Amino acid sequence: MRVSVQREDFDSGRELRQLAGDGKVGAIASFVGLVRDVPMTLEHYAGMTEREIAKIVEEASTRWQVMDATVIHRYGELQPADQIVLVAVASAHRGDAFAACEFIMDYLKTRAPFWKKEQRGESPAWVEAKASDDAAAERWAPGASEPGAKKAG
Amino acid sequence: MKVKILFFAALREQLGTSAEEIELPAGVGTVAALRHHLMQRGGAYEKAFGGRTLIRNALNQDMVQPTARIKAGDEIAFFPPVTGG
Repeated sequence: MRVSVQREDFDSGRELRQLAGDGKVGAIASFVGLVRDVPMTLEHYAGMTEREIAKIVEEASTRWQVMDATVIHRYGELQPADQIVLVAVASAHRGDAFAACEFIMDYLKTRAPFWKKEQRGESPAWVEAKASDDAAAERWAPGASEPGAKKAG
Repeated sequence: MKVKILFFAALREQLGTSAEEIELPAGVGTVAALRHHLMQRGGAYEKAFGGRTLIRNALNQDMVQPTARIKAGDEIAFFPPVTGG
């Protein structure tokens, strides 16, 4: 597992190639989040952020077959079209890779201590947490109908 | 007992500080009691901790409920609901 919280941009292609491993991996699912519309500044809680993300990836590994995973999240000042986050999951089959990738992203949005401040016009404003993000994470709670059932690859 | 307190994002700006070390009075043994203690400072603290604004708690870098017990040397963080990803 590789978790990195960094200012610098990342190369998704290079990260995915590194997840390919030695011939046992059959599927890599990935998600890249981008800055949309306006410049923003991302603040985070150094130390806790890395721990929270690692916990989320470990939780995903208990639910699906995760052979390896990479999560990179940037902080600092970002411009529209800049990459913010990469979640990539390697598995034997696509079903597990897709589901684990979506799960990690949904949980990251509600648990990893990041805060976005958008620069709209002259006045910067903190982004409010969305109920839809909580709902997305709650889909995966025990008892909820699981969005990503295991499929053959 | 002495603890470290951290504030993030909108809360940090509202209070005008990101971190402080404070000596807790006897009887402040939980995160909830600490929130109440901070609220009693009045001003921006009363507004932040006494209002309806949602503030999450972390104890030694783990999310916790306000009932969590604190001990000397702990790091307690307060912040708004997260908005990463």
